[in-house]
Amino acid sequence: MARYIARRVALGVVVLISATVFLFVLSRAAGDPRFLYMNETTDMAEWDAWGREMGLDRPLVVQFWSWFTKALQGDFGRSLWFKRDSFEIVRERIPATLQLAGSAFAFTMVVAIPLGVLSAVRRGSVLDYVGRNFALVGQSMPGFWMGIVLIMLFSVQLDLLPTGRRGNWSSYILPTITLGWFPAAGMLRLVRSSMLEILDSEFIKLARAKGLSQRGIIWKHAFRNALIAPLTYASLLMAGLVTGAVVTETVFAWPGLGRLGVQAVSNNDFPLMSAVVVLTAVVYILANLVVDLAYVIIDPRIKLT
Amino acid sequence: MDASTPRAAAPVAQPQAFALRGPSRLMRVWRETRRWPVIPAFILIMMLIAAVFAPLIAPHNPIDGVLTERILPPAWYAEGSSKYLLGTDPVGRDILSRVIYGTRISLAVAGIVLAAGLVGGTALGMISGYFGGIVDEAIQRFVEFEIAVPFILVALVVVVVFGQSLTVIVVLLIVFSWGGFTRQVRAETLQLKTRDYVAAARIAGAGPASIIYRHIFPGVVNTVMVIASLRVGTLIITESVLSFLGVGIPPPTPAWGLMVSEGRQYIASAWWVTFFPGVAIFLTVLAFNFLGDWLRDRLDPRLRQQL
Repeated sequence: MARYIARRVALGVVVLISATVFLFVLSRAAGDPRFLYMNETTDMAEWDAWGREMGLDRPLVVQFWSWFTKALQGDFGRSLWFKRDSFEIVRERIPATLQLAGSAFAFTMVVAIPLGVLSAVRRGSVLDYVGRNFALVGQSMPGFWMGIVLIMLFSVQLDLLPTGRRGNWSSYILPTITLGWFPAAGMLRLVRSSMLEILDSEFIKLARAKGLSQRGIIWKHAFRNALIAPLTYASLLMAGLVTGAVVTETVFAWPGLGRLGVQAVSNNDFPLMSAVVVLTAVVYILANLVVDLAYVIIDPRIKLT
Repeated sequence: MDASTPRAAAPVAQPQAFALRGPSRLMRVWRETRRWPVIPAFILIMMLIAAVFAPLIAPHNPIDGVLTERILPPAWYAEGSSKYLLGTDPVGRDILSRVIYGTRISLAVAGIVLAAGLVGGTALGMISGYFGGIVDEAIQRFVEFEIAVPFILVALVVVVVFGQSLTVIVVLLIVFSWGGFTRQVRAETLQLKTRDYVAAARIAGAGPASIIYRHIFPGVVNTVMVIASLRVGTLIITESVLSFLGVGIPPPTPAWGLMVSEGRQYIASAWWVTFFPGVAIFLTVLAFNFLGDWLRDRLDPRLRQQL
């Protein structure tokens, strides 16, 4: 167990260091890195000062070390667009993203697990049909377009829900559905297929032969075992949530990390972009660690490996 | 019916009460369409035709608009014009023509990326599984990495540094497309290489290259096909997401994601500008996913637990 956790933490650290290496390599690959930090007010004195600060006349290893130690302290430089410290700006945006992602995650679980189980138990019923189509549509619809269509329907036509921006609870509904549908679709399919497999296994037949109630068999014996396969999907789901958050936040003008990243791209704001990448990586790695730990608790067999 | 067949020659009186005639003709046609992916195949063939013959099919130029005819609604509206079936966008370009040309971009990008990812990923997977050891370790760490890193972040940074272009996007997508193949192919290879016929080939003096090509590869083809077919949809969506965010295909190219993004600010007044390109993405991806599911159930049902 301790080894497993240590391995996971180590992987997280490696990913984080790689992210900084990656940013550094990119900034040097495009020619003089000062071009990435330059804006219309930059003068010659500033330009030369940057050169000394980044140590551009020294070896790359030294340059990297200076960039890396600064990054560890949260110093990515001033944002070119907002004219403020990049790290500060990014930190302010984290709560909005976490709330949206958390709410989408809850949506995924609440919709996908019961619907997946029921469509496996009542295979071929109307419910199964609904579940399978829910999944197929969710996996085939691009998130940004789904968000726009939801806005057209519920905000523009019916005037029921806000078109975007973070506000009271009603502003969460459309972004949550937009962000949560795709992961819910994958989850539902996995729950359904692993449930079908388990319902067909010997120990379930034994439980039936013993005369246990249908409900007991499904929720106590089958469901618990069927949960293991979808749990391995959880880390993939996280990656999906990151991508989805970028898209959803852009569509709904949500003041989170994802939208900030897209803004940084359109303003060519490299310092801000680096801060977004490193901090998102931190949040993402922590979330994955939590999932890994939950996995160990739910499936004790993993301790052996 | 031929009168010489025995059944026709000696007609037996059928009891009328029993309805043993089987399902009606309509029902049979329906069942047959459900058994074969007729509808998805039809959609995809239409898309392919649209992509290949876009200049012949598209009624207007997809890039040059007519400014006097901008924001016209679809033809079935009173203000619409029969010249523009799906209406026009804010610079007077025909939506239908742009959607037709968009098919080219989507299918070409998905095709190139898939081919590269498939070939590279399959080769690496077989090498990784067959040789094992340090080669396997190295390749597997790369795969783990590729799967652990959120693609979108990498794409955003790369575009900040190198700017927005079709080449950048295609290269990025290729780099992030082989991991899924490698992982699955490696698992299959590990099983296949313990088979007797592989051992026999080795004893007969076959080298690793020929064993992999002749004896392992045929065994993984089905898996690769299934993964590929399930991947196309994701690829098309990913490309459209990047274009939507302004980090993918640069304007004025008629890419579907880009069109949705361009029409986004007009949803209250001109919904068709953003709606129809999205329908095109949805239908194409839906068709590919249907086909992929069908192929998986046919060729390799075990993959159901993984994908």
